Amino acid sequence: MSLQNTSAFEARWPDAGGHFGAYGGKFVPETLMSPLEELDRAYEEARNDPEFGREMERLSSHYVGRPTPLTLAPRLSERVGARVYLKREDLCHTGAHKINNALGQALLARRMGKSRIIAETGAGQHGVATATVCALMGMECEIYMGTEDMRRQALNVFRMELLGARVTPVDAGSRTLKDAINEAMRDWVTHVENTHYLLGSVLGAHPYPAMVRDFQSVIGREARRQILELEGRLPDLLIACVGGGSNSIGLFYEFLGEPGVRMIGVEAGGRSFRLGDHAARFQGGSKGVLHGTFSYVLQDGNGQVSHTHSVSAGLDYPSVGPEHALLRDSGRVEYTSADDNEALEAFHLLSRLEGIMPALESSHAVAECLRHQGSGELIVINLSGRGDKDVETVRDLLE
Amino acid sequence: MSRLSEIFSNNPKCFVPFVTAGHPDLEATERIVLELVEAGSHIVEIGIPFSDPIADGPVIQTSSFRALRHGYGVPDYIELIRRLRNRVDAGLVFMTYMNPVWSYGPGRLAREAAEAGLDGIIISDLTPEEHLRFREQGDPRNCVKGLDIIFLAAPTSSDERLRKVSRASGGFVYLVARTGVTGKKSDVESQVPATIRRLRRYSDLPIAVGFGITSARDVRRVWRYADAAVIGTALVRFVDEHRHDADLPGQVGLFAREHLIPG
Repeated sequence: MSLQNTSAFEARWPDAGGHFGAYGGKFVPETLMSPLEELDRAYEEARNDPEFGREMERLSSHYVGRPTPLTLAPRLSERVGARVYLKREDLCHTGAHKINNALGQALLARRMGKSRIIAETGAGQHGVATATVCALMGMECEIYMGTEDMRRQALNVFRMELLGARVTPVDAGSRTLKDAINEAMRDWVTHVENTHYLLGSVLGAHPYPAMVRDFQSVIGREARRQILELEGRLPDLLIACVGGGSNSIGLFYEFLGEPGVRMIGVEAGGRSFRLGDHAARFQGGSKGVLHGTFSYVLQDGNGQVSHTHSVSAGLDYPSVGPEHALLRDSGRVEYTSADDNEALEAFHLLSRLEGIMPALESSHAVAECLRHQGSGELIVINLSGRGDKDVETVRDLLE
Repeated sequence: MSRLSEIFSNNPKCFVPFVTAGHPDLEATERIVLELVEAGSHIVEIGIPFSDPIADGPVIQTSSFRALRHGYGVPDYIELIRRLRNRVDAGLVFMTYMNPVWSYGPGRLAREAAEAGLDGIIISDLTPEEHLRFREQGDPRNCVKGLDIIFLAAPTSSDERLRKVSRASGGFVYLVARTGVTGKKSDVESQVPATIRRLRRYSDLPIAVGFGITSARDVRRVWRYADAAVIGTALVRFVDEHRHDADLPGQVGLFAREHLIPG
């Protein structure tokens, strides 16, 4: 597998300082600069090392289960009046695309001689993926998780513990994902010598947004090859949900240089468009700095970061990856939102039409697809995760 | 010469306390700062709280969350500076994070705060590189002008980074004493004197050492090799524990005299 950039667009960003146009960069305390520089150097070395690529490819095939299928969804296609394919990241080991990045960073950490991995998690998917690769590689693993999220996702807490990880509760601020990231960054500052911070999305200071994108871009490379085999042409439209933005950039990246391929990222519209009730950063947010990067942020008039809400914990975050901010400003990718109810309807619809239960995050992408009635387009939806983890949430909402 | 430079040239060793603005409320903060100056502080760092303070330990986090409940905005903090400047000659410096600064507009904040009597600003998550990038883009709305910008240095910083930090800083350089967040343990890192020697190669600026200093004894030790000692967590903890007491500002002054400022 090659992690090299290909198209002109891709080669341009980020710049050496980690900027995507005006966005991105490194907004961190000085104590984090030297670990970030060390990580940047190690990653550049690794991505140019064929041996690293081969090891990544071997584990992707034989441990994660790649390539994941590109499945035609015949009954959904009929319902929409389009030809709809699903990129089946739900079939990855641990049930979501998160493992692609967790595996890449864990291999990198081992190469750097780090013996301990820390990570943040919201819903628990990234935490489970991280705990999984740490078990595989025999590394110590500590996961930071907000106490509110631990309450909502008790089963995933237990899963991480079963995999040998320590789950550390974070009882500050909103007690959710953003606070877990704050705490993980503090841990990293204190223990940089032996610890790698395995950040789960295309967020944070450089090199994370570019590195996580590269590890996830396997999704788009496979999808391109598969759709050409199946249909003999490129898709008209790609749809993916956008929390931090790793599954969407993973699908989109390979197609950015293809002007005929339209792309839509779907944010969480939550329960209303009042600040605090949603996670649609591009509709309700403004520019700002959170967790080391300059992007769009949901915040109040005093520059204090807002709480967010979404039925899907994986989209429940007040900022968005800086590359998405650039893709939005340039118009290359369109960003819409789907609210909680639309996502739930899409969850039920896909379960019944195709026998595939999507994660509530991915359900937002399915909801967007339903808006393209009668378009006759060739559409690829990134089914970023499976819905097993959400069964309880859905049952509670039905009651 | 800026006020900060003047303070350092008149005082070979400076005592620099940190307080969280609005903790427990802004009225108390004003009186606490007056007491701290009266007790012998040369410069006071006034923290503008932020919802996601990644460089702060639990004590300053808690003080920030308490302060945020008041819903104060940048104009309130600038007004605090104006009122203090009418009463004191000590150096007054904001310490905060990029997002509240960005939200208000860095250029506007600098102009209004300097006019009110603020001397400098420390933005914990702004590096010299990002600062220079904003400057090169040339948009005055995004540039801090009229204030000394104090950048952070760390024992883990490379020589190259220490050079950048020294060149970009005004007033003084703020050396964080340990790898870690504010307020974790009271010993002063052994690499600090070595880092100061490295810094002196690139700059004549005074050097303040902060993070993890909790007693007059620590302050005296820091003064042996640095120009200023910054006390944050120990003081904020005291304020928090006594926040319901009737004469909080007076008690803070007494605490500083008895436990923090070397006799």
